[in-house]
Parts: sequence; C-alpha cells; structure tokens
Amino acid sequence: MRIGVITFPGSLDDRDAMRAIRLAGAEPVALWHGTHDLQGVDAIVLPGGFSYGDYLRCGAIAARSPIMAEVIDAANGGMPVLGICNGFQILVETHLLPGGLIRNDHGDFIRRDQRLRVESTDSAWTSGFFVGQEITIPLKNGEGGYIADESTLDRLEGEGLVAFRYLDVNPNGSLRDIAGLRNERGNVVGLMPHPEHAVEPGFGPDTRDAMRSGVDGLTFFTSVLTATLASA
Amino acid sequence: MPTIVVEVMPKAELLDPAGKAVAGALHRLGHDRIGDVRIGKRFELHVDGEVDAELLAAVEKVAGEMLANTVIEDVVTVEVQGASVPGETH
Repeated sequence: MRIGVITFPGSLDDRDAMRAIRLAGAEPVALWHGTHDLQGVDAIVLPGGFSYGDYLRCGAIAARSPIMAEVIDAANGGMPVLGICNGFQILVETHLLPGGLIRNDHGDFIRRDQRLRVESTDSAWTSGFFVGQEITIPLKNGEGGYIADESTLDRLEGEGLVAFRYLDVNPNGSLRDIAGLRNERGNVVGLMPHPEHAVEPGFGPDTRDAMRSGVDGLTFFTSVLTATLASA
Repeated sequence: MPTIVVEVMPKAELLDPAGKAVAGALHRLGHDRIGDVRIGKRFELHVDGEVDAELLAAVEKVAGEMLANTVIEDVVTVEVQGASVPGETH
C-alpha cells in the first residue's frame, strides 16, 4: 500500500507523516503541490505546517494549488484523505469538510499533549479505535478554533461526523469541543492534533507507563491499511 | 490605473480574537470610549486598463470564493477606485 504525503511551500510535518506511514507498514510517497500527479497512491495525507506562511487564511492558498484538483477528485471518488492541522485547514478551505478554523480564542499558540475522545470509528482513518476510546496525541497550533453555524454543528452531531473531541480542556475555543471531523462517506478525516507525532516509543507523549511512550497516533495509519485492503 | 478594492470582515457573530487583543491594548492605553474592535482585510487589485462589468463580476465571484471564506467571513465591499468609469457595486 502506497500513501502519498503532499509537500506544500511551508509544510513542516511532511517527513514526520512519511515516517508514521512507514512505521505502520505502508510505503510513503512524497508528492509535490505544484504538480497534477498523485503517482497512483492509494491514500493521501495533507501534513501539518504553515503552507504559504498562513497568508490570506490558513490553508487557503494551498487549497488552490495544482495538485489539490486531483486530491478533491480522488476524495470525491472515495480515496482516503487525512488532513492534519494545516492539512485540516486545507480540507475546510476546499470544502471537503465543513466549517472553518480561526485563531485560538485565547490568542496564543498552544503546544500540549492533548487527550481526545474518539467519537466515530466509521472512517478509513479511525476504524482501528473503539467509540469512546481516550487517546493522547500532541497538539500544536495558533489557529485551531473550529467554528461552523449552529445548523451545521447540529448536522455534524446528528450524522455522527464528529470524529474526535477534546478532553479535559478545550485548548483553542473550538465549538462543541470539536477536534476532528470525518465526511459522510468516511474516507476524508481532518483534525488539529498531530497523530504522526505519537507513533514510536521514545518519541511520543508521556504515558502512565513511561515517558514519551505514547503511540496512539499509529492507529490512524494502521486503520487506513485495513480500510484499503478491505475495499481492494 | 484603476484599483478594485475588496474588503472582508470576520462574520459579526463570530469571535475575533485578534480584534479582542487590540481592544484590550487600547483599553490599557486609556482609550476607554472604544468598545469592541474587529479586524478585517482590505485587498487592492490593480487593473491593467479599464474596469468593465465582466471584470467586476469576476472579481465579485472570486471575492466570495477565495479572498473571503464565507463560512467565517463576509465580503463587505467590492468597489472601483481611480477609474474613469463609475462602476461601483456592493
């Protein structure tokens, strides 16, 4: 299985995402924003970072880059697409996921190991979790406040499209504590926290067992392996 | 050279943390007659040649599709400045 990771100008976590894919047992494929070539990958990760320096709005210019036309087509065709942090911002700017992400309500950039509750496992990237599972993965953003109008929020809740919710604290003012979403079909998932930073013992968040031993993020990438094998 | 000015504001019902921070600083400086502050964006699109209805329509379209994200922002102004044609719209 080959999973593409798209690098935009200002992407930061593309190599971390590729490492996570490798650790999950898949083959990472580096993709470039300025092409129209998905190189025949089976799934796509839009990584974190600050594409185009967050100019205009976070993710806004990246969402209109050449390769995104192919990504939008592929996503509408059912290909698994995961947007992490800036990738989530790109997904809302393409309208593959609803709503918007604005500056954190307290105005500060935040970085913390964030507890989350898994709300939906009906997606290519979350099928390896169980509903209600509590996981810890790093969060780091300045503009992670999720907003949408009330009717959209009610629809997201009603259709079970909230994939992750913040636990303990709401770190950025996101409405209804929303940390991540999935689309109706379940192939597209976006979230602000960074699963690719919690995939290898020694380099993840602290756990009760040992410092930096958290690997809850790995399940995102092993889930998509199962999802694409099942549909193949 | 005519310029098309596009102004975008965060939606009134949404929190504007940047504006709130500026309001806090103004209040600390003693400007206690100033209440809320909201921060928007102003785009100046310089046009080669004349602005006609077709171009203005195209700019109005792209203002709502790209210059603003209408989920979180409103386009409040699209108007021509410095042109011989009056073509001002909203």
